[in-house]
Amino acid sequence: MTALDIAGFSILLLLGTAVVCPLFSRWERLLIPVAFALAAFAAGAVTLAGFLALSQGINSAATIPLGLPGLPFNIRLDPLAGFFLIVIGTLSLFTSIYSIGYVRSYLGQRPVTPLVLFYLLFMAGMLLVIIADDAYLFLVAWELMAAASYFLVMYEDERAENRRAAFLYLLVAHVGAIGILLSFGVMAGLATGFDRFDGYTFDAMRAAHLSPGWSTAAFFLAFFGFAAKAGVIPLHVWLPEAHPVAPSNVSALMSGVMLKTSIYGMVRVGFDLLGEFPWWWGGIVLVFGLISAVLGVLYALMQHDLKRLLAYHSVENIGIILIGLGLAMIFTAFHFPALAALALVAALYHTLNHALFKGLLFMGAGAVIHATRERNMEEMGGLIRPLPWTSGLFLVGCISISGLPPFNGFVSEWLTFQAFLLSPALPQPLLKLLIPLGAALLALTGALAAACFVKAFGVTFLGSRRGHRKGEKIHEVGPAMLLGMSLTALSCLALGVLPTFVIGWLDAIPQQLLGGHLATTAGQFGWLWLTPATADRASYSGPLVFGVILAVVAVTYLLLHVRGASIRRVPLWDCGFERITPRMQYTATAFAMPIRRVLGFLFDIREQVELVSPQNHPVMADNIRYRLRIRDRIWAWLYAPQADAAFWVARWVGKLQQGRIQIYLMYSFVTLIVLLVFLG
Amino acid sequence: MSLHPLAIELLQLALLLGLAPAFAGWVKIVKCRLQGRTSPGLLQPYRDISRLFIKDVTLAEGASWIFRFTPYLIFGVTVLAGAIIPLVSTELPLADTADIIALVMLFAIVRFFTALAGMDIGTAFGGMGSSREMMISALAEPAMLMAVFTVSLTSSSTSLTRMVEVMSRGDFTIRPSMAFALIAFILVALAETGRIPVDNPATHLELTMIHEAMILEYSGRYLALIEWAGMMKLMLFFSLGIAAFTPWGIATSGEPLALLAGAALFILKLLLGGVIMVLIETSMAKMRIFRVPEYLGSAFLLATLGMIAFFILE
Repeated sequence: MTALDIAGFSILLLLGTAVVCPLFSRWERLLIPVAFALAAFAAGAVTLAGFLALSQGINSAATIPLGLPGLPFNIRLDPLAGFFLIVIGTLSLFTSIYSIGYVRSYLGQRPVTPLVLFYLLFMAGMLLVIIADDAYLFLVAWELMAAASYFLVMYEDERAENRRAAFLYLLVAHVGAIGILLSFGVMAGLATGFDRFDGYTFDAMRAAHLSPGWSTAAFFLAFFGFAAKAGVIPLHVWLPEAHPVAPSNVSALMSGVMLKTSIYGMVRVGFDLLGEFPWWWGGIVLVFGLISAVLGVLYALMQHDLKRLLAYHSVENIGIILIGLGLAMIFTAFHFPALAALALVAALYHTLNHALFKGLLFMGAGAVIHATRERNMEEMGGLIRPLPWTSGLFLVGCISISGLPPFNGFVSEWLTFQAFLLSPALPQPLLKLLIPLGAALLALTGALAAACFVKAFGVTFLGSRRGHRKGEKIHEVGPAMLLGMSLTALSCLALGVLPTFVIGWLDAIPQQLLGGHLATTAGQFGWLWLTPATADRASYSGPLVFGVILAVVAVTYLLLHVRGASIRRVPLWDCGFERITPRMQYTATAFAMPIRRVLGFLFDIREQVELVSPQNHPVMADNIRYRLRIRDRIWAWLYAPQADAAFWVARWVGKLQQGRIQIYLMYSFVTLIVLLVFLG
Repeated sequence: MSLHPLAIELLQLALLLGLAPAFAGWVKIVKCRLQGRTSPGLLQPYRDISRLFIKDVTLAEGASWIFRFTPYLIFGVTVLAGAIIPLVSTELPLADTADIIALVMLFAIVRFFTALAGMDIGTAFGGMGSSREMMISALAEPAMLMAVFTVSLTSSSTSLTRMVEVMSRGDFTIRPSMAFALIAFILVALAETGRIPVDNPATHLELTMIHEAMILEYSGRYLALIEWAGMMKLMLFFSLGIAAFTPWGIATSGEPLALLAGAALFILKLLLGGVIMVLIETSMAKMRIFRVPEYLGSAFLLATLGMIAFFILE
């Protein structure tokens, strides 16, 4: 059985399970473990297939006799597709295990069969997108993925905000899909001429030679379409609405891997199908990446809904991935294959890392919401005591996403920095000066992300509970959910401590696409040192950082505990105030206040303080009410005018509709006359 | 004969752990002298730390494991950072563990966990300190990176030993890019180590505390570890500056004589650096917190100017 067979049969297994799902809707208690176990099995098999393709450099293709007559589906597995199969497979494996416990909590509240069904279809759709080798199957799979995820976002459809979010999601997804369709149309049409149909395979597109103008059009149509799906600013508006309202296992998949199919699409179209491009394409990708990264993290900082905050961080991380891609494109255009390989590997590594830590964080958020029935961070606090395991695992996610060593987020951000620092090799003086400023923005993003996750973890898990309800009991989540999260957390650590192995495997992709590769390691104990350019240039050793910190901490701990000094537990020091309450702690809004004040010009902020005083005296207020409204400026600038215009046009066109049969008959009559005059 | 690199590594760590309190004491002595006060002496920090180690720990009831784990982690990470920066010799086996960017991120871990510990107890002070610290660090990070980037242009490397070797081997030429980067580095380092004009390590006043607010609830051995790590961090930032800008005289081999000379020169530079910092601290007042963005913004601009100067002049 070849790797491609394994991947194909896994997708068939998912589709088959989805088809028979409705038959078992009366036995939901049994359906959940069986269906998700099958999903986990398929995900594991796909990961294996991807790993085989990546590590052995397999490039195999097949044609399936499905689809329209004369237009069969083509599938292919090459190192790039293999890597994305690993990304999707690994996280799907972990979330499927997690789902066994998580979905059970819906039992008795609502039918879970649709959730299981669309979850399976969603997974199958994503995997099909990756192995599709023609535009036809790609778009069919793309729509399957979009439709399935639409129903998942709509799952709890009794709330108006969920319906609105799902509609917005569907709208943006389809506007994006039009872009992708047109891009494929340009490439396929120019490959074989517009009067034939066989240009729809990726092979034909690869062989085509497009004029610079057409290839620019093809790339930016595709970039627009994929950016809409990935949530690149300014096309991100649907993302913070749709991701939080889906069930948390689905949010993990949507944020963790669905966005990555767009990254796959960009790499496939840019590096593989088109192949040659001028440097300014990369410059535009880089600029969009920087904007998404900085604004994404700033918007995230202003949120106090835990899942919304995480959703905005997806915008940020997609930005970081685009930065790597943009740099890779610039280096490729100037013919530095080795440097381009470094930037591309940084982007792909961050893709894998973000899938894992964002999946972990969404699963953790799901566990918190499951336990507290609360999404607002301002009501949380002190959850580290009732949820010791969840909090520890969530902390791993927080450290990883903040880009701190020795976890995985750091390695890919460090590689991106190294790619930035190699930009003085470029021949253009202006680029030499401007690209390092991008590195500074990336540093700003990293530091703001750390601030945001100090806030997220500190307000949610530390301190004491702010919104305590009478008789409320919070329990740690069940073993399946903990297992799913623990495996993800372990992968985050492993990818951070042992990056040399991963990069060694990843190297097959730049070799396939760019013809350059990385000098990952050098000298004795090569696996210990990560040296992306040369050993002199820069090095990082994950195992040593992890090991030395652990050793020093252990030795210090032991030395200080030889003499059994006692610990005295005392009540909180209250500065003599005596009635200190959990409400006096710093809140999420308060925590972000300094940054809101410094960088507030980027938002549309309205702050109101209302004093309620019996004597109308400002000093003797009984009650102070503070209102804060923060809005995305982009909505007001870009989307609101469009929505208004659409309504205006609709109202105007609506005047045609009179509701009287005579008028409609007259419309038909006039149309006929006009047609007769012009065509007759 | 020459010493084994591992022996040099251990010597350097001993130097760091042993001298950091003395350096803090030296800064205090110079400061007191300049401000017309009598100083507690060079050994006072040692007495403080050992007293704290002996005392029992008083812990707030709500403190979780984060609060108790943080001091150990801070100490461990700071020691690791000390093993990476070449102080006396470039023959360091652990120097390649992290380049200067990774080193900056190591200090970011310290900050991340200190801020979490500040929020752990659930007092307003801790949250206030964490919030302010994270804001300042967010603005300091880009400036720090630009300074590092400018310095790394000369040696086209971000590895510290490599930077030191290139700088100390080359003849003494005044590079405008380095001058700009040095000023930017000093400004950022003052912010990162929590000195005047950004933060005041000696204050416990609500409105002005930043770093002290986060660690207000610590006592006993926990506080001792944090204080000791803080002193080491101060010394390490000086060492980083010395290594990146004025590494002349550092030993490039393991010969005992060269090491001795390197150590003597290093201590001399350190003492001089301490005096300069005290001069800055004494001649300035602490800024309002919302003036810090302008301060760090100018550091960023200076570093950028340094980079432009490199591309245009050098």
